[in-house]
Amino acid sequence: MADNKEIYLSAKGLTKVFGAGSQKTIAVDHVDINLHKGEVVSIVGESGSGKTTLAKMLLGLISLTEGEIYFQGHLRDIRTQKKKQEYWKNIQAIFQDPFSSYNIFNKIDAVLIDCINMRGGRRLPHAKKVELMAEACGFVNLKFEEMTNKYPFELSGGQMQRLMIARIFLLKPKILLADEPTSMIDACSRATILEMLMNLRDETGMTVIFITHDIGLAYYVSDSVYIMEHGKFVESGTADAVILHPKEPYTRRLISDVPKIHEVWDLSTV
Amino acid sequence: MKNTLRQVFRSPNFVIGFVIFVALLLVVIVYPLIIPAAPLEIIGQGTFFPPGIYVNVFDTIGSPAYTLNLANAATKRIDAKLTNDARSQMKEWLVADGIPASKIDTTNSAALMALWTKNYDPNKSFSGMTFAKQRAYQRLDASLKGILGTTGVSIATKDPTTGVLTETGNIQQSDYANISQVSNVRVLPLGTDNFGRDVLTELVKAASVSLEIGVVAGIIATLIGLTLGLLAGYIGGMVDDIITFFTNIFTVIPSFVLLILISFSIGQDKRGAVTIAIVIGLTSWVWTARAVRSQVFSLRNRDHVNLSKLSGHSILRIIVSDILPYIASYVVMALILQISSAILAEAGLSILGLGPRTTEVPTLGLMMNWAMIYQAEILGDWWAYFPVLLTIALITFSMNLMNTGLDQVFNPALRS
Amino acid sequence: MAKVMLEVNELTTKYITRFGEDVYAVDHVSLKVEEGKSLGIAGESGCGKSTLALSLMGYYFAPLHYTSGEIVIDGHSITGMDPDEVRRSILGTEIAYIPQAAMNALNPTQKVISIIEDVIHVHQPDASKKEIVELAKERFHILGLPAEVLQRYPVELSGGMKQRTVIAISVILLPLVLIADEPSSALDVTSQKMVIKMLRDLMEKGYIKSMIFITHELPLLYNVTDDIMVMYAGQIVEKATSKEAVFDPLHPYAKGLMGSIIVPESGLRGVKLAAIPGVPPNLKNPPPGCRFAPRCKYVMPECTHNSIDTRLVEGGREYRCIMPLEQIRKAYKNG
Repeated sequence: MADNKEIYLSAKGLTKVFGAGSQKTIAVDHVDINLHKGEVVSIVGESGSGKTTLAKMLLGLISLTEGEIYFQGHLRDIRTQKKKQEYWKNIQAIFQDPFSSYNIFNKIDAVLIDCINMRGGRRLPHAKKVELMAEACGFVNLKFEEMTNKYPFELSGGQMQRLMIARIFLLKPKILLADEPTSMIDACSRATILEMLMNLRDETGMTVIFITHDIGLAYYVSDSVYIMEHGKFVESGTADAVILHPKEPYTRRLISDVPKIHEVWDLSTV
Repeated sequence: MKNTLRQVFRSPNFVIGFVIFVALLLVVIVYPLIIPAAPLEIIGQGTFFPPGIYVNVFDTIGSPAYTLNLANAATKRIDAKLTNDARSQMKEWLVADGIPASKIDTTNSAALMALWTKNYDPNKSFSGMTFAKQRAYQRLDASLKGILGTTGVSIATKDPTTGVLTETGNIQQSDYANISQVSNVRVLPLGTDNFGRDVLTELVKAASVSLEIGVVAGIIATLIGLTLGLLAGYIGGMVDDIITFFTNIFTVIPSFVLLILISFSIGQDKRGAVTIAIVIGLTSWVWTARAVRSQVFSLRNRDHVNLSKLSGHSILRIIVSDILPYIASYVVMALILQISSAILAEAGLSILGLGPRTTEVPTLGLMMNWAMIYQAEILGDWWAYFPVLLTIALITFSMNLMNTGLDQVFNPALRS
Repeated sequence: MAKVMLEVNELTTKYITRFGEDVYAVDHVSLKVEEGKSLGIAGESGCGKSTLALSLMGYYFAPLHYTSGEIVIDGHSITGMDPDEVRRSILGTEIAYIPQAAMNALNPTQKVISIIEDVIHVHQPDASKKEIVELAKERFHILGLPAEVLQRYPVELSGGMKQRTVIAISVILLPLVLIADEPSSALDVTSQKMVIKMLRDLMEKGYIKSMIFITHELPLLYNVTDDIMVMYAGQIVEKATSKEAVFDPLHPYAKGLMGSIIVPESGLRGVKLAAIPGVPPNLKNPPPGCRFAPRCKYVMPECTHNSIDTRLVEGGREYRCIMPLEQIRKAYKNG
């Protein structure tokens, strides 16, 4: 269980405001979050809930209007490019759309070698780099020999997303933030992606944050779940607690809107 | 890359435009090699010689003569002398003389001439005929003398001291010279301009200069626009504000007015082709900068850019590898449009007299300028301005066609 | 005996690529939908389900071409009918079709009521505006859509509202069969639920006599359709009632699909999900014999030899596998 492990990432009062005056929108509204090492956490919300903005704030891609983020107990400082690069050695991301996650001008080899270089492997002999790349591909059930000299967009959506996981395998960050990693993948291929992510977590002890609108997914993989609405966390707790015994009306509605198969799905509450 | 090229050459618009453009380029490159004449050399004494093959008359006389008996030679000779004006004048006089109009057939040269010779009296004057008109008929009659004749012409040289003419040669009506044996023949397919320069040679050189100016100006404008657009779009914030401020200033002031002002203030002396190109380039980058900026704006929030940031890549590297290749096709199209509009801008400037110095090289605009000043269109000397117009049109048309073709390739939504 | 609304026999259609190759996207598909029943078609992307939807209507345009098979609607055959004729006489009146992302197809410059008028006038040119407005109001009310939607432009409506409007418009002429291709995929869960409820209402109230629902989200099918057909690489690999298909799948691919369903229900945390390795075959050169063999856990040498026929199990279940029923059950029990 996650409670007695160290707190890896914690945030207090995270707020992000866009625009000013009458055009002001509060995308994230005083959010607190605590992540333990090795924990799997899901932030669940519908579109417009602010979950993607929160994700980008945690990643350090967007500035914070208010609030503080602590990484391994220390206040996060990413004001210079160098400090940013240090931070990003520890946290990486997988995004929703595999097609737009790749630079279409880079071949697959270049993509993977870039990861090896980022981990300090720039001076390794080529043979060793190939070995690492083959290992990463093998982890996600892709054959590296078939990937060389190809472009990512020549693969299927599921394969591209798996290649993203291969990147993470090479980068070995302490925290992985997965923003809707399976929503553009067919339902039948989702299990594969999730299985690989969980395997990765088991092997490396990575902390994983899932951003998703899919409550089923959140329930299946997470230790803790945060429900987000209009920029605020309305409910949080262990997955069993939040999803099987929801307290807040919003959470209840969200869960009742998802089709069930073992229980009766009540459509009258629409 | 290879695939893109293949697609590009499948687009009919692009191929047609490309073919026209390459044809123009080939003419511009190959023509000076074949005909090494200096484009600004004044060869004609007089203005606006019409297009044609100019055969030196003196040399023709000296060339070997061959006798050819061609059936229609006499008729052709008479028809050439009897212009339509002359024929109607003759009919006028004959009708006034009392011959019924129905009996006068102006198309039958022989019959008309016969009537004329039989009836014309230079001293006869009809009521209402002015003295000037009578003189005109007399002149007409004089010019018609001898066209029915079959005798040849004598060539005489004058003794410099005594002034006595001695016949040295004789030219028969059936004498022909072989043009390849005439030592001095000059083909002027487009005649001469008002200065007496060979229009075609001048035009080729002018096209080449205008293209150079266009390319230099286009590249300068595109580079400026690209750099400013990239910086403003990607870095945003204060940098964007400053650049946008500049861009707005340049937008509000019409670039052509700016061009005129700068060109005027540089002064006649300093205006060379390259200087003009630079001036045009420095004033026309606005559209490209804006277009690039908005493209970059939409690109910088893409996932692959974010992932690149997370990989710790520097801003420069992200701009060069993650943004620039995505707008490359756009930039190529912008470049083509900039070149095309730079050529037009130079033409406009030159027509106003603010283009490159007129004494060094001709440009398309300058040729238009000269044609206008010397009133070629009023005189009906179409060869001085129409080919220039056509060339400008072909250059810009071919470039825009290529652009449309490229647009269809890079923007699949436009394909039919 | 219930009336058969739509019956399709051994339908085969193909795409002819730019290079002249034949791709058989729908390969000898047979199905039957009875009055008052709904059929779900499940499969991953690329299996041919959207092509099947177009083929079922007889709506072929290059590069899609009809090859062989029969299509019968309410007793009369439309096999070989000209696509323009299909559009005039079948679409809207006998078969209604909602393609993927249909909500983006609403003309942004027309009010909803105007769109409805156009639709009705194509088939009933004499209908008066008043009658149409009355009809629209009544329908919308019964289907739970607010009447003011009629006076709105599509841009003013939310995604869920647009999709439900599209569905309501497509069935305004009371077709016999409604074919819906991923009607709820681009929507958030709440709108999705409203769409599903609307589809169920349409069936219950008799506005449509039958329905074919195409999706890759199995929990939806379970809650909407009576029967489920699983499609793989252009072929039907299993046909069963929804309950049987989800809880007792026979074909190994169907078993893999059902095993990868994720629902937020108790006891499901940490249960090992079935992941199907590999990717579907390229339909330009489908593998010999069983198309699923390269990815199948239970593959045997015989699987790649002959073309596999569909086996029939009593009760009308079908599955396309070389293993007989007992062998399958034993294999699944052993894991």
